Amino acid sequence: MTTQTQPTPDTLKPPATSVGVIGWLRKNLFSTWYNALLTFIALYGIYLVVGSLWNFISTTDWSVITANLRLFMVGRYPAEETWRVLASLALFALLVGASWAVWGGVARAAAILLASVFFTAMVLPFGANERLWMAGNLACIGIGFGIGYITRARRVLVWAWLASLPLIALLLYGVGGLPRVATDLWGGLLLTLALSIVGIVASFPLGVLLAVGRQSSYPAIRWFCVAYIELIRGVPLITLLFMMQIMLPLFLPEGLTVERVMRAMVAFILFTAAYIAEVVRGGLQAIPRGQAEAARALGLNGILTLLLIILPQALRLTIPAMMGQFISLFKDTSLVAIVGLLDLAGIANAAANQPDFLGRQAEVYLFIALIYFVFSAAMAYGSRRLEKTLGVGER
Amino acid sequence: MPPPARSDSSPKIPFYRDVRVLRIFAQGVFVAFVVLIFWYLFGNVARGLERMGSSFSFAFLGNAASFALSETPIPYDPATDSYLIAFSIGLLNTLRVIIAGIALASLLGLLVGIAQLSSNWLVAKIAQVYVEIFRNTPLLIQLFVWYFIGVLSLPRVRDSIALPGSIYLSNRGLALPWFTPNETFTLWLTLAGIFIVVALLAYRVLGRAKTPLIYEWRGGWAFLLWLALALAAAVTLNPFTPSLPVIRGFNFQDGITLSPEYAALLLGLVFYTGAFIADIVRAGIQAVPRGILEAARALGLTHVQALRLIIIPLALRVIIPPLTNQYLNLAKNSSLAIAIGYADLFYVSNTIFNQTGQTLQVILMIMGAYLVISLVISTLMNVVNARFKLTER
Repeated sequence: MTTQTQPTPDTLKPPATSVGVIGWLRKNLFSTWYNALLTFIALYGIYLVVGSLWNFISTTDWSVITANLRLFMVGRYPAEETWRVLASLALFALLVGASWAVWGGVARAAAILLASVFFTAMVLPFGANERLWMAGNLACIGIGFGIGYITRARRVLVWAWLASLPLIALLLYGVGGLPRVATDLWGGLLLTLALSIVGIVASFPLGVLLAVGRQSSYPAIRWFCVAYIELIRGVPLITLLFMMQIMLPLFLPEGLTVERVMRAMVAFILFTAAYIAEVVRGGLQAIPRGQAEAARALGLNGILTLLLIILPQALRLTIPAMMGQFISLFKDTSLVAIVGLLDLAGIANAAANQPDFLGRQAEVYLFIALIYFVFSAAMAYGSRRLEKTLGVGER
Repeated sequence: MPPPARSDSSPKIPFYRDVRVLRIFAQGVFVAFVVLIFWYLFGNVARGLERMGSSFSFAFLGNAASFALSETPIPYDPATDSYLIAFSIGLLNTLRVIIAGIALASLLGLLVGIAQLSSNWLVAKIAQVYVEIFRNTPLLIQLFVWYFIGVLSLPRVRDSIALPGSIYLSNRGLALPWFTPNETFTLWLTLAGIFIVVALLAYRVLGRAKTPLIYEWRGGWAFLLWLALALAAAVTLNPFTPSLPVIRGFNFQDGITLSPEYAALLLGLVFYTGAFIADIVRAGIQAVPRGILEAARALGLTHVQALRLIIIPLALRVIIPPLTNQYLNLAKNSSLAIAIGYADLFYVSNTIFNQTGQTLQVILMIMGAYLVISLVISTLMNVVNARFKLTER
């Protein structure tokens, strides 16, 4: 009598070379002979690059960074007044914590990122006072989370965010009893963030106005908007920066001086507004005409149609492109180093030119490249999460 | 009693409630407002200029520029040549960077974009890491790194790195073999131009061929024809003599040297824009539905044929508009040359208005030049786009 071997679980398993680590390696790295060759070349390349980078990082002298940490962070902001910067950070941490509790999603990722930034700052060689503040900021995130969790006040939170911006601006600049700190003294990361945030916040309404005006039925308004957008988009940003630095005093009446940082802010606002206008125009064009017609049929006039029907839909469609534009703005703030303002890039140049640290460009540029990368990558990640949360492209 | 008769049948709208009148009036108010603002601003400028004793004219362009330039593709003498010549040299330098930058960045972007979709996990990850790093750091920082750490740390001329073909790499730049034209050079150049026309005619003629080998590769055949004719003319006319770079003293003689500023600017722009182009290429290729590739294979086309005839044209349709944007960005980013001292358009104009004080005129010239460059690039790309775009009936 013949005995048939029943298929046992052992013989039913896939061959060992196509599952697990070995299977993954075969499929992804060594599937064909040229793939295998590429893998070896790539591994060698990685060894060269990462090896030399690691060698550099571990053997070089980082004192140029640690000695100038205050300069990198707040520039020449007076040392006695730095508590104002730290207090603004604490306020920001409070709001982020509350947003985490109330909204979750992106706000949670932002809170986690902020907490890790504060934690890293506690580890870096700042002064003891600053480290205490960082610990306090971490606590503020927690306190904000608690407040948001208990009260769940959405509208109050939105108003709080809107009000925080002028509040922080006034706190940093100095109003009432606080001594004034001219913006010329702001520098480093503080100046970079100030330029970016003011640029983003102020260029957004201007850009929306331009986009709406560009498709207006009044020819005069339309030509003016088209001329502005095409003109600004055709010239480099550095041209606008120089133009504002040199010519803004000429345009204003005699005796009225504008601080150099304000001039740079004006240049950024005008520049970004033109690009935001193009992005919003793309969104406006994607809204079917039927929406406007239905709104008209319901009795809404032009402005109300725009505000209540068209713009909310259009702005949601343009979020990815707008976030990309804001990330570009954040990186472009480094250009003010060319006009002589001491933002993060400017301080890097100045630090590498100090007599104690001549020739230490590699360290400083690596350091600020890391800072820019962290912020930009975080914003890009936040933009992708925001897209997913708002369902852009799905509904 | 019948209603009173009207003199005309259309209702009379008073003019202050007539929409057509109101529209014109509103536009008039807007234009008046804008004109008022401009008049106020430029009035201030005029008063300021008057106080400084200068006036708004372009006559200063004829004066002798008394500043030297580090890069002069055409002969330049600071004592005699005018500001206009200096401005043109700046423009030429900018065009040198833009043309080379666009070509190289497209090539790099194409390669990295395809690498991102490779089936080799390591290669795909490396490409992604490259794109992430170079997109998230500012261009200015990248330029500084390329210039200070990359190019200026190269060895001195005496110890320069020698590559095959008498190419030398040092901190004074890249020395390449070049040619010096003889008397017959202009004759050869005109002949080459005529041969281009001949090649284009051949292209048209070969378009009527029936065999696929000739028809599909007629572009290549036409180019080979031009090459053969140009080489034959060169051999008979001997239009130029090659000059190889040799180290004499502290620098290179003969040959052509690409300055370290040019190299750093070009590398920075190419790697930065290349990262953006890589993402665009990847998105374009991924935008082609998989079913199309599968249908092409089902019809018997090989992988390479499907790629060449079907995938790439469809992908190009999606790639070209954002690619135009990146080219325009590269053209505008070339103005960052001022940060590393390359004598481009913006750097030269900056020097001009620092020396002459005629800021308004020079800024108008700069803006005009960049607008023209942007216009030329977008027009050319629009022609390319029209060839590839989706045409609706």
